[in-house]
Amino acid sequence: MADVVHPVHGEVHRHPAPTGFIRKWVFSTDHKVIGIQYWCLALFSVFIGMALSLLMRLQLGWPGEEWGFLKTLFPNAAENGTISGELYLSMLTMHGTIMVFFVLTTAPQGGFGNYFLPIQIGADDMAFPVLNMMSFWITFLALVVLISAFFADSLAPMFGMTAASNVIGPIGGWTGYAPLSALGEKAGPGQGLGVILWITSIALFCIASLLGALNFITTMLNMRAKGMSLMRLPLTCWAWFTTAVLALLSFPVLLAAGILLLLDHLAGTSFFIPGNSYVNGKLITEHSGGSPILWQHLFWFFGHPEVYIAILPGMGLTSHILATFARKPVFGYRVMVYALFSIGLLGFFVWGHHMFISGMSPYSAIAFSLITLTIGVPSAIKTFNWLGTLWGGQIRFTTPMLFAIGFVSLFVSGGITGLFLGQTSIDLPLHDTYFVVGHFHLIMGVAAIFGMFAGTYFWFPKMFGKMMNEGMGKLHFFITFIGVNAIFIPMHIMGMAGATRRYSFHFNPVTGEGLHYLSNMTPLTRFVSYAAFFTIAGQLIFLVNLVWSWAKGRKASENPWEATSLEWTIPSPPPHDNFAGILPEVHRGPYEYSVPGAPRDFMMQSEPGAAEVHGD
Amino acid sequence: MPTTLTTDVEIKPGIGAGGGKLGPGGDPFGSGPAGSKDWPPGWTSEDAIEPEKYRIGMWVGLASILMLFIALTSAYIVRGVPALSGGDSDWLPIAMPGVLWFTTGVLLVSSVTIEFARRALKRNEYARFKRWISLTTLFGVAFLVGQLIAWQQLAAQGVFINSHPHSSFFYLLTSLHGVHLLGGVIALSYVTVAALRMRIGFKRRTAVDVTAIYWHFMDGLWIYLFGLLFFFR
Repeated sequence: MADVVHPVHGEVHRHPAPTGFIRKWVFSTDHKVIGIQYWCLALFSVFIGMALSLLMRLQLGWPGEEWGFLKTLFPNAAENGTISGELYLSMLTMHGTIMVFFVLTTAPQGGFGNYFLPIQIGADDMAFPVLNMMSFWITFLALVVLISAFFADSLAPMFGMTAASNVIGPIGGWTGYAPLSALGEKAGPGQGLGVILWITSIALFCIASLLGALNFITTMLNMRAKGMSLMRLPLTCWAWFTTAVLALLSFPVLLAAGILLLLDHLAGTSFFIPGNSYVNGKLITEHSGGSPILWQHLFWFFGHPEVYIAILPGMGLTSHILATFARKPVFGYRVMVYALFSIGLLGFFVWGHHMFISGMSPYSAIAFSLITLTIGVPSAIKTFNWLGTLWGGQIRFTTPMLFAIGFVSLFVSGGITGLFLGQTSIDLPLHDTYFVVGHFHLIMGVAAIFGMFAGTYFWFPKMFGKMMNEGMGKLHFFITFIGVNAIFIPMHIMGMAGATRRYSFHFNPVTGEGLHYLSNMTPLTRFVSYAAFFTIAGQLIFLVNLVWSWAKGRKASENPWEATSLEWTIPSPPPHDNFAGILPEVHRGPYEYSVPGAPRDFMMQSEPGAAEVHGD
Repeated sequence: MPTTLTTDVEIKPGIGAGGGKLGPGGDPFGSGPAGSKDWPPGWTSEDAIEPEKYRIGMWVGLASILMLFIALTSAYIVRGVPALSGGDSDWLPIAMPGVLWFTTGVLLVSSVTIEFARRALKRNEYARFKRWISLTTLFGVAFLVGQLIAWQQLAAQGVFINSHPHSSFFYLLTSLHGVHLLGGVIALSYVTVAALRMRIGFKRRTAVDVTAIYWHFMDGLWIYLFGLLFFFR
């Protein structure tokens, strides 16, 4: 072989700025464009999920009422103008799946993580830009497949299946418990094609998340700028890294479970279907010997880390924003990193606390319970360190700061109820009631969403070069903060009163049907519905603010918040390869605010100086 | 803005920037000892960081593949142990198709040949490299064909995926492993074609290295699955 050496010009950035519209905005390999794509996908999804919750609250507050617009929207499933039980369950399934996967998992990690991880560590792009692009487009495909599950009823005849006339999609909840989810059409309407599309969507989402996680981990391990030691990383990067590790190890388990469930559907196997099941008035003879509990184990082995995948980026972001606007270093930086890791690690050993009522041995329940309560320790460390960061700071109450403080508040109120539910004896009566619904909405739903809002208000100037309107932002914060507490705190009370979750109504005051012991809960249920309408309306302010700021907002400077991390050293919005070909050098920790003797109250990470103060 | 870096830039693993993809495009067709500080003209500091990046990426990817099979193993154990699966066990182990001994052997040998290929490339012995890498690819294809024959033998006995749990797991695990191995065969074919066309540059050397890691992992995984399916039933 000829050992010819051709001179080839090297480039610091491997892919030059694309010029065509398709390569630049659609199939882009630029991590910033991909970040914005993820963020837009989550924004689109969150409004679908919210619209579904609006319809569900309408049904729960006024069961049996006829609404003309429902007849138009769902001619099959709501022919009388009321939401049928199946339609309600279908909406519930879609709301849960869309929110958990396409909002809580995509925006904080795929959106902000993609955009800011490379910039904050001083790299010009992700380690594998093509994988990154594939990761987004597979996620997009997964969303398309999931939304098509809505229309399973109309699609079914095309696949040679019978159309169930009163349902729009899968009805198994986001947890898709077997054996009903595994039996197909035999288990009822929406369980045939609807569930097949639902599993397919989740399997695609798993693959996309795995590609993303691989990219995040490699990028952070291998592409940090000179001087960016591990203990100089912004806490956001640590949070994205931990999240990526959780995704890497938990999504394959969901993928495995999804494959098994799909085989039960399509290949006639019996992984999850026990023998002698009597479903829908029919004895199931085709399957035997499967274990429905196996599905729960596999699902929750994924499901518990998944809720941390949703919340951890918010924790990193909150630490980052609290320090920025309190003009103080993060209190106990090193401990914050360790606490983040412990929460992630412990998250793998507590899946059983979702299954206390599944008939598991009390001994394993005690083990799961103890480990669950142990998570309270790193969580408390984080909370107190956030308070310590705020303590004595010269706090600037900007909109991102308000949302970050709101995150801490929701994290506490949602987390405290976790300590209740983590104990077997209290969980047994509260399981499958609105207490659980209130708990997980506060902590993994709304707290994580507050993290996203904080991130949006904080980074919008960098991403789009325009400041967001502060007045509208603050109004949005107060409406949302009051609103979500008014929605979810009463749910705890309803749960203690025995209001079961996943029921399309509890008590119908018109016909007198339903659970009579809940008849005096009707005013509270309606209050929650009103609070939900109020909160959802408040989100329109956010939407208006986004569009208005994007079109007409004040131009953002390079560093409008006087923050210290690397993304604030480059123009807003950043150029194609982030640092214009010259990679930065890092000289100090990420939170050097109010350093004694320094000329300003903040020191950029790239600022050289004699005093090399570390983050802790 | 292309910037040519000079040779005196100090390279440390874990520091620097990279981007790009595993594959063709702008490869320097040189051969040089990896890790050397004296880059041939045209090489940049990035070329030195690349291998590290791909190796880390591969190990991270293997961790997720491992988790997939760990999850399936736990399903296998839960489904197979009557006390855990709820009492009414219908566990009925299938007879091992004889061809599996052959495929196992082929895969084991292929792990040795890919190692020979890698060593030959390190010593710049291209003729040997071409021979061993082509042989490995052939062994990979032979393995996959063997697995198909095993399926055929079982199907001829009337044992299908839905016959009983053990056969379900057999078909599932072999096909999942097969799909992953097929990915390895595609990567091997890519480097083999590159080798036959005398185009083994810096990047493709990395591709050979990373493919070898993957191949050994797939080999080990098969040994594990083989043991699980037929010696733990």
